[in-house]
Amino acid sequence: MNKWHNPYRPVRTQVLDSVVETPRIKTLRLRPEEPIVFEAGQFVELTLPGFGEAPFTPSSRPSTHDELFLTVMKVGKVTDAVHRLEKGDTVGLRGPLGKGYPIESFKGREVLVVGGGCGFAPLRSLMYALMERSEDFKKLIFRGGCRTPADMVYREELASWAEREDLDIKLTVDVGDPSWKGHVGTVTTLLDGAGLDSADGIAIVCGPPTMMKFVTAQLVKMGFADDNIYLSMERNMSCGIGKCGHCRLGIYYVCKDGPVFPYGKVKGFPDLWA
Amino acid sequence: MGQGMEQRLTIEASGLDGLFAVLEERGFTVVGPTVREGAIVYDRLASPADLPRGITDEQDGGVYRLKKRDDDALFGYVVGPQSWKRFLDPPVKRLWRAERDGSDFRIVPEEVPREAFAFLGVRSCEIHAMEIQDRVYIDGEFKDPGYEARRRSALIIAVQCTVAGGTCFCVSMNTGPKSESGFDLALIEVVDTERHVFVIEAGSPRGREILEALETRPSEASELAEAENRIADAAARMGRTFDAEGVHDLLTQNLEHPRWAEVAGRCLSCANCTMVCPTCFCSTVEDVTDVSGDHAERWQKQDSCFTMDFSQLHGGIVRSSTRSRYRQWLTHKLATWIDQFGVSGCTGCGRCITWCPVAIDLTEEVAAIRANPPDAVEPHRRGKP
Repeated sequence: MNKWHNPYRPVRTQVLDSVVETPRIKTLRLRPEEPIVFEAGQFVELTLPGFGEAPFTPSSRPSTHDELFLTVMKVGKVTDAVHRLEKGDTVGLRGPLGKGYPIESFKGREVLVVGGGCGFAPLRSLMYALMERSEDFKKLIFRGGCRTPADMVYREELASWAEREDLDIKLTVDVGDPSWKGHVGTVTTLLDGAGLDSADGIAIVCGPPTMMKFVTAQLVKMGFADDNIYLSMERNMSCGIGKCGHCRLGIYYVCKDGPVFPYGKVKGFPDLWA
Repeated sequence: MGQGMEQRLTIEASGLDGLFAVLEERGFTVVGPTVREGAIVYDRLASPADLPRGITDEQDGGVYRLKKRDDDALFGYVVGPQSWKRFLDPPVKRLWRAERDGSDFRIVPEEVPREAFAFLGVRSCEIHAMEIQDRVYIDGEFKDPGYEARRRSALIIAVQCTVAGGTCFCVSMNTGPKSESGFDLALIEVVDTERHVFVIEAGSPRGREILEALETRPSEASELAEAENRIADAAARMGRTFDAEGVHDLLTQNLEHPRWAEVAGRCLSCANCTMVCPTCFCSTVEDVTDVSGDHAERWQKQDSCFTMDFSQLHGGIVRSSTRSRYRQWLTHKLATWIDQFGVSGCTGCGRCITWCPVAIDLTEEVAAIRANPPDAVEPHRRGKP
């Protein structure tokens, strides 16, 4: 976003497509009138005039500049309206907002990405960015968990990732069904004895607060340094530019200073996992 | 003039009419204190006759009432429930409107406001409050265009405090009672049986230009002495004191102190403190449409961290207890505000104490935490997620 523009003005954006992922999740393919070039980890505010605005981290490839994808779970007024959008509709976008993952600093190290449920969406753009330069890392590992197989977004794409030589991927569900042939159990059970480089490795965690809390506790126990664990903090990000006050977490505004934080920077703040 | 010290000049109280005329000539809308519904509020003023003449305010925790003075002072009170943020950052404002055309729409951002205010009667703590809000709205990576336009055009006419209120503690916060900078003009009211005058000085080229257009005379030594005496007297009569030393660490290291639960037992979570605070800036947005749905508008409204909705996420509410909300507010105001903006968020104006319906007094709350030994639980909790 051009900082000199009115930061509250959404950019008119065309809906190119709307794809059903799960009964509660859809992915929109969007083309903003003015390009929105984001880094993995940054987010945008999606406006539906008359309904309101909500923050989303794009689920598409950061290196693709003329289109972006938002994967949206139906949870309230704005997202209900998002689910009714069709090809050819117009929405508004503000962004990119916040800070991206410091991928450059991950060079030469083992990178472990842990996703839970709806956390898969923002992690997909990160995974694209990491896989585009996977030779830069000692190892690239993805561990993902969902409640049930039906809740798992991008299931076919994840299956294709399993074919990749440059990625070590394991998935799990809390509760299986006949379609599921894989591991059953919480995502933390995929971290045990995985031979991870906890001394120098980077861990990236994104998912519901309870999942992040337990995964973080386990990563700390495994020996990961607090500052090497990157958490995607979720707060009520409204203005996205550090002016409305809603998302304050300790000395930060999650929107402006995050939403990704090294655990060491937010540890001890009140209501961290609330 | 122009040789070191700014020369001090005096205008008669009757000369305020001339000041209004000069301000109007220059296109300013004069805003200042006036009595409304039993309180001194800030609003558009037509003439000095709208100022609260011969009135003072009695303030204490949960107490505010106007009383008659035994003189005709025009500024013989301290601060009321409102602050200038009402004009610089209106509590309800439109951000943009959208016109629908089939499946398409056009967004028309709100124009940058053109009205230039002359704020008359700005107190030292309030100048500090504006400078604190500047850091939020203008100094960051993103600027709020409406605030910036209003702030840059506003003319600040300070009035030095010659009385102190029952909940004032600007001396403790180093924000008053005398304005040293940040104004275009500053007035000191001197009123007694023989005279009713204002000692006036300019603090900017804009102020100097206005001052030159006024009917003034060089101040008499006795006027100057009396003016300084009155400010010193106000400084000596602060209704509250606050030990600001080390308050950042005191609060951030006592997040589990029992006092938070104790104050939460009294706090109504009514949000009054945040509404009257001259630096609190939180806002929310709401979209509205007409019946056809072809016309939508986004409105920004003042919000408060004391409401339940404030921290709502799709998964639930982050701060569902009054304890966590009071702690969120006070630790921000007095501690993490410093990390974020380089200054405390408190100016010592005392409004949050006066307008709290149950008289919660942040100076007392901090003193209570300070009086008890630091929480022994917290350091152990900190290492664990």
